[in-house]
Amino acid sequence: MSRETRTAAVLAGNRIPFARSHGAYAHASNHDMLTAALDGLVARTGLAGERLGEVVGGAVLKHSHDWNLARESVLSTALSPQTPAYDVQQACGTGLQATLLVANKIALGQIDSGISCGSDTTSDAPMSLGEGLRETLLKVNRAKTTGDKAKALIGLRPGHLAPNVPQAAEPRTGLSMGEHMAITAKEWGITREAQDELAAASHRNLAAAYDRGFFDDLVTPFLGLTRDGNLRPDSSAEKLAKLSPIFGSDTMTAGNSTPLTDGASAVLLGSEQFAAEHSLTPLARVVDGETAAVDFVHGAEGLLMAPAYAAARLLARTGLSLQDFDFYEIHEAFAATVLATLAAWESDEFCRTRLGLPGALGPIDRSRLNVNGSSLAAGHPFAATGGRLVASLATMLHEKGSGRGLISVCAAGGQGVVAILEAM
Amino acid sequence: MAGSDPYAALLASPLGKRLAGSLGLPRPTELRRYVPGEPILDGAALVGGLPGGAESGPLAEAVEAVLRADGIEIGDPFDTTEVAAIVCDLADARQPADLERLRAVVAPSLKRLGPSGRVLVLGRHRGPDLDPTARAVQRALVGATKSIAKETRRGGTANLVLVGPGAEGAVESTVRFLLSGRAAYVSGQVVSVGAVAAGDVAVPFEPVDWTQPLADRVAVVTGAARGIGAAVAEVLSRDGATVVCVDVPAAGEALVRTANRVGGTALQVDVTANDAGRRIAEHAHARHGGLDIVVHNAGITRDKLLANTDEARWAQVIEVNLAAVLRMNEVLLAPGGLGDGGRMVLVSSLAGVAGNRGQVSYAASKAGLAGLAEALGGDPDLRARGITVNAVAPGFIETEMTARIPLATRELGRRLNSLQQGGLPVDVAETIAWLAQPGSGGVTGQVVRVCGQSLLGA
Repeated sequence: MSRETRTAAVLAGNRIPFARSHGAYAHASNHDMLTAALDGLVARTGLAGERLGEVVGGAVLKHSHDWNLARESVLSTALSPQTPAYDVQQACGTGLQATLLVANKIALGQIDSGISCGSDTTSDAPMSLGEGLRETLLKVNRAKTTGDKAKALIGLRPGHLAPNVPQAAEPRTGLSMGEHMAITAKEWGITREAQDELAAASHRNLAAAYDRGFFDDLVTPFLGLTRDGNLRPDSSAEKLAKLSPIFGSDTMTAGNSTPLTDGASAVLLGSEQFAAEHSLTPLARVVDGETAAVDFVHGAEGLLMAPAYAAARLLARTGLSLQDFDFYEIHEAFAATVLATLAAWESDEFCRTRLGLPGALGPIDRSRLNVNGSSLAAGHPFAATGGRLVASLATMLHEKGSGRGLISVCAAGGQGVVAILEAM
Repeated sequence: MAGSDPYAALLASPLGKRLAGSLGLPRPTELRRYVPGEPILDGAALVGGLPGGAESGPLAEAVEAVLRADGIEIGDPFDTTEVAAIVCDLADARQPADLERLRAVVAPSLKRLGPSGRVLVLGRHRGPDLDPTARAVQRALVGATKSIAKETRRGGTANLVLVGPGAEGAVESTVRFLLSGRAAYVSGQVVSVGAVAAGDVAVPFEPVDWTQPLADRVAVVTGAARGIGAAVAEVLSRDGATVVCVDVPAAGEALVRTANRVGGTALQVDVTANDAGRRIAEHAHARHGGLDIVVHNAGITRDKLLANTDEARWAQVIEVNLAAVLRMNEVLLAPGGLGDGGRMVLVSSLAGVAGNRGQVSYAASKAGLAGLAEALGGDPDLRARGITVNAVAPGFIETEMTARIPLATRELGRRLNSLQQGGLPVDVAETIAWLAQPGSGGVTGQVVRVCGQSLLGA
């Protein structure tokens, strides 16, 4: 038995303003933030008490007690408690990957509606026991007699008491993400000026989008924060040029790299029938998505270059050229990430030798890139970024009334997720 | 909210009771408030008046029918048992001697009135169809009713309904409201009920279920995140309406709670934005298939003595409270906005009626809204479409805002009214919900105070 697939539409989005680490959300948990993002979406769409097909989401930095984060958050919202949920995690790709999962099930007719979502906090970060302490405690637990338990405890050393704090370092290379990016930026000759200009544009565009009310239907304030805490409307390339380089790079600074951020986002997707039944206006359809991974461990490729590969494969599958888009939403992990990706697509050699294409994918119209700001200004709570991008792009496409947009997100482990949305 | 009035809590204690008794302190009664499903009165009603065709006038008969339909017993005027309401029909009073009938019906029974009892006087709208003597007599009812309101005790109220020619069939929603617990904090008020306009979709109005008078109606409430606006959203929803909750984007977090609590939708829009009216109308029509009720509740204060008020502070208040309403109405009262038979309620303020020190800009804006209600209520085009426009003027209402008023001023505000207490946001909301009912098509262009008959501006 075969079935036709159907349109999976983005119907609405919501996020809480993103806060700088240890700022406005210093005492908020992933559960609190995800619940707020979901409840805001439910209020915007009038779905209180509704049973949705599925809620899919997750967090990258997650406490062990948050093992069922999505479902537990659903239970705290105004949604029907009969709405099932499951957690996913693909580092910074989590939010976009969750959107593709929900969209695919809708396309296949397995569900009529669903929410993809994500949350992350580096303020309320989980810490784990040091290995020595953990092994000792497990040994105590396994011991049968009081004597054996006491013997096991003797093995404790003061050094065991230091907790493990999560690191933004790649487990296989020991290098931080910034250090990896610095290598790639150098390889591609990305200049300081280009990075600072991209960062300044991100702040400028995000501030302008807030001012014209673009986020009125996309953001709901949380804990007193009404706009993204990292946003600097008066930022400029000149001001950014004064910052000192970091990550052992000559060009990367705190200004052209995303800061650690707390926040959550959610996107409502549904079939056209679901939209009609609930008087919701479809904003954009999810056309397709692709995930790639690269071998950064052995130095064959830069850690954050996987989206370049994923996009090439997605373009080939959909028969589109890189220039066939009205908007490009390329996640600004670092300004250099965006610039290196664009440079790679413009490089004949890269596209031939690495992507196996006959020639370069070519340049994009830079006036269509991150037109309402991106992560450098908004911040980047890992799992929440995908939802921010999907909801913003869908709204932009609906406002324009036609065309399509490309989303690209790089992720830890040398991975990248890309997707295409089309106006409805 | 009762907990926020420590004086009332003190009076509830044995010591407080003794103190208040011996010192002659005001003793506020906990008011009877509406609980869905309960009858409009919690006891029997006395109905009397000038003999019309039958023992009492035709209006009184109509009221009796309403009460009986709700299972309310009609009491014996010669008995001495407690009653919940006294209704006196003086619509046909034309001579000074007719006023004796008011005394004869109300005076012997006033002491029989139970807690939160109701005195409802029915009069005739003083139109050109009445001669000067009749108009004088009818005006006399205003002074009498307001004075009776000051003589009622234990949470009792007195109100006057003036019925226009041909409006006998349009009074039910108003009578039900004023007798019920919905009107807990409405006293000393005069409400005119006119004939329902031909264009009113509610004609002929036959309510199916008085516990759901707003069934299938779509309402928009601005300033719905908290305070009175949130209470309005809840009451409209409780009465059956689908509610679009509107507030500024910065208030979005609280707005989400209101919207999800009432099962409505949250719309973040600044009412001063140029496209606010369009966005609200589009949302209501696209998401809910129409727009039947608009409650302009959003408002701000920038309190300062006028001498210390600069241009910016002044402009903010006038812009949000008055100019934005006028601008939104260009869309909301045009085709594609409120549908035929629509209801608009403006939230004015007692400050706009009586004036208030330190609130010159606020009082100006709120008096402006009262004027707007009067003007639009008389607009022939709106009448033809059956659209009514009214204002409510809240007095001292216990909200987060009034909780911040200094203690002495707050106590004064609370006690200087016939009910000797502040009202609750729900009291304002109930009044708005009554004006929003399909059955209230005969009420338009009115300013109804929800102030417990405040001494201010009376």
